[in-house]
Amino acid sequence: MQFDNNSPIYLQIIKEMTLRILSGVIKPGDKLPSVRELATQFGVNPNTMQRAMTEMEREGLVYTERTNGRFLTEQTELLSQKKALFAKEETEKYLAYMQKIGFTQEEIILYLQALQQKGENDHEFIGNQTVGTSVWK
Amino acid sequence: MSLLEIKQLEHRYGNKMTLAGLNLTLEEGEIIGLLGPNGVGKTTLMKMICGLISNYEGSILVDGNPIGIQTKSLVSYLPDQTYFRKSENIRSAIGVFRDFYKDFDEKKALEMAIDLQLDAKQKIGSMSKGMQEKLQLIFVMSRKARLFVLDEPMGGIDPSTRDYILTTILNQYTEDSSVLLSTHLVHDTEQIFDRVVFLKQGRVFINEQVDILRAETGMSMDQYFREVYR
Repeated sequence: MQFDNNSPIYLQIIKEMTLRILSGVIKPGDKLPSVRELATQFGVNPNTMQRAMTEMEREGLVYTERTNGRFLTEQTELLSQKKALFAKEETEKYLAYMQKIGFTQEEIILYLQALQQKGENDHEFIGNQTVGTSVWK
Repeated sequence: MSLLEIKQLEHRYGNKMTLAGLNLTLEEGEIIGLLGPNGVGKTTLMKMICGLISNYEGSILVDGNPIGIQTKSLVSYLPDQTYFRKSENIRSAIGVFRDFYKDFDEKKALEMAIDLQLDAKQKIGSMSKGMQEKLQLIFVMSRKARLFVLDEPMGGIDPSTRDYILTTILNQYTEDSSVLLSTHLVHDTEQIFDRVVFLKQGRVFINEQVDILRAETGMSMDQYFREVYR
């Protein structure tokens, strides 16, 4: 996996593992490979992987059954919390970017609706030429 | 007891002070990046830990032992140049390592050489530079040592060979050993580090876990390196 070397790698592993659960690549209740195996898969140091696992355990995303190994949580509530958190983070990032390039909140909403309509009806999409004018003709 | 304990290390080359009261303590179970610009003393320090330079002041203990015969059995060293005789083949090189090191796992070395599709009878001198470096690393990592001292294991080789070398290091070291690795390729290597040690002006400037440094500085170790040595 490619990491962003500017932030702690164990946090990025937790995020990636959580994403894999949410997107169904791995399923709640699945048994996880050993720390060493996971470390090799991710191309990181076993200690870094161990730190990620300890933190995920603390958060309740994984649990350990003695002698049996480590499993993904089946707590759907925790997973929906994570889902909401990820959605919020990505949306805020998107909104910040759109505002940076000159969209107002209203224009962003119109823009999204326009994109959706285009998807549904394949209308001719013109887009906004000048900031402040209507985004949809 | 720490795996490596260095106190007040001083060393000169002629009039030039290379190490000026360096202190460093490292524990087992970590992969440690030894970083610093050219000429800062990385190779010198590594050679001292391996008992190849002994004209210094201060003390170095490996697992509580002063540098000597005992520590040579605890430390596995990869120098910055390959040292196999060109006329040697893999099988005879394995024989040399078996004679020198009790902890050398011959079977493991041979298995890893076969994984690389190397022929045990091929002369080492006829292999590419990258292949020779891989082979050297296989030998060094096939010992059950406590401290692996790797000097620029990725000098001058292509990216896919780099990946091979990193994976080999990750797979071969165990929780009761540590790897001390010097490199200029910080960007390509920093994912496998637990800890980095930055040398500056003959001393340890920083000795910290990488994820802590990343969280504190918001920088990659590569960026941070450029910042520290600007």
